[in-house]
Amino acid sequence: MELLMAILIGILFTAAVYLILSRSLIKIVIGTGLLSHGAHLLILTMGGLGGASPPVLAEGVTDFADPLPQALILTAIVISFGVTAFMLVMAYRAYAVHKTDDMNQMKGNDEHD
Amino acid sequence: MEFVLLIFLPILAAFFIPTLYKRIRGIHTGWFVLLVPVLLFAYYMSFIRTTMDGGHAVSELQWIPSLGISFVSYIDGLSLLFSLLITGIGALVVLYSIFYLDKNKEKLGNFYVYLLLFMSAMLGVVQSDNVISLYLFWELTSISSFLLIGYWFTLDRSRFGALKSMMITVFGGLMMLGGFILLGIMGGTFSIRELIAGSSTFVGHEFFILALVLILLGAFTKSAQFPFYIWLPDAMEAPTPVSAYLHSATMVKAGLYLVARFTPIFAASEVWIWLVTGIGLLTLFWGSLFAVKQTDLKAILAFSTVSQLGLIMSLLGAGAITFHANEAIFSFAMFAAIFHLINHATFKGSLFMIAGIVDHETGTRDIRKLGGLMSIMPVSFTVAFIGSMSMAGLPPFNGFLSKEMFLQSMLAIRHFELFNFATWGVIFPVIAWVASVFTFIYSFYFVFKTFAGKRNDAPLPLQPHEAPAGMLISPVILATLVVVIFFIPNVVGKWLVKPAVMAIQPYQYGHPSEIAVHVSAWHGFASPELWMTVGIIIIGGLLYLSLSKWQKVYDVQPEYLSLNSFYDSTMNFSEKGMNRLSRIYMTGLIRTYLLYIFAFISVTTIAVLFIQDAFVVDMDSFSKVSAYGVINAIILLLAVAFVLLSKTRLGAIISLGAVGYSVALFFVIFKAPDLALTQLVIETVSVALFLLAFQHLPKLSDHGEKKSNKLVNAIIALGIGVTVTLVALSSHSQKLVASISQYYKDTVATEAGGGNIVNVILVDYRGFDTLFEIAVLAIAGIGVLGMIKLRLARKENPDENK
Repeated sequence: MELLMAILIGILFTAAVYLILSRSLIKIVIGTGLLSHGAHLLILTMGGLGGASPPVLAEGVTDFADPLPQALILTAIVISFGVTAFMLVMAYRAYAVHKTDDMNQMKGNDEHD
Repeated sequence: MEFVLLIFLPILAAFFIPTLYKRIRGIHTGWFVLLVPVLLFAYYMSFIRTTMDGGHAVSELQWIPSLGISFVSYIDGLSLLFSLLITGIGALVVLYSIFYLDKNKEKLGNFYVYLLLFMSAMLGVVQSDNVISLYLFWELTSISSFLLIGYWFTLDRSRFGALKSMMITVFGGLMMLGGFILLGIMGGTFSIRELIAGSSTFVGHEFFILALVLILLGAFTKSAQFPFYIWLPDAMEAPTPVSAYLHSATMVKAGLYLVARFTPIFAASEVWIWLVTGIGLLTLFWGSLFAVKQTDLKAILAFSTVSQLGLIMSLLGAGAITFHANEAIFSFAMFAAIFHLINHATFKGSLFMIAGIVDHETGTRDIRKLGGLMSIMPVSFTVAFIGSMSMAGLPPFNGFLSKEMFLQSMLAIRHFELFNFATWGVIFPVIAWVASVFTFIYSFYFVFKTFAGKRNDAPLPLQPHEAPAGMLISPVILATLVVVIFFIPNVVGKWLVKPAVMAIQPYQYGHPSEIAVHVSAWHGFASPELWMTVGIIIIGGLLYLSLSKWQKVYDVQPEYLSLNSFYDSTMNFSEKGMNRLSRIYMTGLIRTYLLYIFAFISVTTIAVLFIQDAFVVDMDSFSKVSAYGVINAIILLLAVAFVLLSKTRLGAIISLGAVGYSVALFFVIFKAPDLALTQLVIETVSVALFLLAFQHLPKLSDHGEKKSNKLVNAIIALGIGVTVTLVALSSHSQKLVASISQYYKDTVATEAGGGNIVNVILVDYRGFDTLFEIAVLAIAGIGVLGMIKLRLARKENPDENK
């Protein structure tokens, strides 16, 4: 399962980076969204996907899933939501001011160096 | 008392200057500043008794003990002499500046802060026993000099001069740091005293010559030796008190101090003696030659300073000969060097102040416009006359004595038998004599073209009159010293010069009184120095009288062949070249920068993985492939494909949501219920947010991105994907250290009393993490709110950007 997941994560990252490198601001925002999904799955996979039951103490259960990556991911999900929301509004503001979402036109000019 | 702290007294005082300047406008800020050098001067005087006995005082303040770096104030004859010069001349200069700088027109707050900063730095340079802190103070003098030269920062020439001095002296400082580090490697210590003690083992070390050259580069750039002297004439854009203080009496002598201080270490080397004596003599000649060309009063003095620094430098080099041949005739040189250093500070300081007075009272420093000021400014003329005659080397002024000793030392070099000096030594007295002739000419040129002769017909910018009494106090004191020292040279020698000489030549003397040098003005008719001086006066006098006929000779050298134009073109070239170079890779496009980052990440990570054989896959550790997992993976892949291929905004957003939900399903499959719940909630909110912003967003478009660019993007993206896959696999397969998860599993019930391990970790074990996470979310929320508010504010004045 880990091999499958590793390849899947690679594809997620590839798609995310491809979108981030594009000229459209919206695609960049979508790309960061994909990137954070990839990162969450990456953390989970690195820790190991075995574990017969959720990391909750219960009678007679000894084989838990690893709780540490889950704790990290929980934090990461919330943070990445904050980042995505922030970037989305920023993209929207940039578009409202500049009337374009073409990164090539938003690079500024010599006066702004 | 820990007198090392006194080094920082001026900096401490500098903190109060801006407040004093703002609050007490009625009293010139200089009066408060004056207290600092006067107090320090009085305090340092108390050390004379110690150093006269050949003793020293040490005071230490630890800074970075683990690296062997500390502030050590080590006061022996040499550092005491410099400390007295710094505080003594400093006091006179501050006094002079009170009358020179108008308290209503000038930014005195800035001026005195820089000046006090310099004073601390300079005291640090001459008292530091630790080479690293010496370097720190050394650069601080460069920086304060930069600030002071650029004091009138609205003038182009000030800024140019400031930058030039900074570039050259900081370059030298860096070289010197390299030399210090090499010394540290050779000696295993950064303390100068310990380095000197162990210096006998350095000769022949592979770093020895390199360290020597690097340290000399530092000294030569600071002391304006050939070919680095070009910064000093441009530094004359500074206010005159600064020129008198930094660029003649103290800072430019830091290089001399450095050479003197390191003489015991390097004197064993032939390269040292040749370089220091040779470059010094060349600078002496070059500076005196070009001083006659100048028409600006301060420029004449600048070149004369360059020349005189060269003189002292050559004496320091000649003095190092005693390391090899301990004969009486060579022992004059070091004494003469220190003696002339004192004399130069007195007469050049007074001359600079007079140049400032002339500028202040007539409005010009152009010697072609001046003349005949003698009757209008009698006191200034007298001071200028005394200073110039001393500089020319005439009795009864102190310059005569040290000039005689200089000639004597240069004549003695012929008798040195090592290192080819017996063959080439004869050129030293010849160059020294020629340079002295030119020194004689520019001294006369300076004083008589300004004060004697007829008044020029063209009116001066200001109606000339004698300077106010307060402004004359300092130059008069210095001029008095010039005369007094002539009559009591052996007292000065005993109190100041001999202790300093002993500090430079510890290998030779155990007590200052062992230095058998007696200064006298008259050596009898048989002495060659006397006839050399007579020759200087006759030839120099004749050349001075015929100056107008041959001064044009200087125009033969075209401007583009000068060192200055070399400096200018180098600066221009590097500035333009660097600009062009950085424009090639700094495109301003975010894509370019991200490409660099991503390419770097994937190349370095993959390279490290394979160089270190870190890529290991352990198939046995993998868990079983589940049917749900495969189905979900297919869903996720399809969703990603839709995101990439979607032509519309709505399609892309919904597919992104699908990716998020399938990630949530993965959390379910991998036994992470908390994550799944959170992910579902967050994803729903995210999609809602996207849909909310949806109507305000532009249509999806690739803006006609070139095919080739897309291909590059795809390759880099694939590279990152492969990198991440490899990292995921190898980090899963090799757990180099035991996971800390077990600790949580073991203690969650006993320590935290909870059952849901993930939740307990978040709110209990790592409570601060969660707190900061909430803080980040709050900041993002404020940011979002701010950006929306900002829009409303903008709407009120829509023309702001147009």
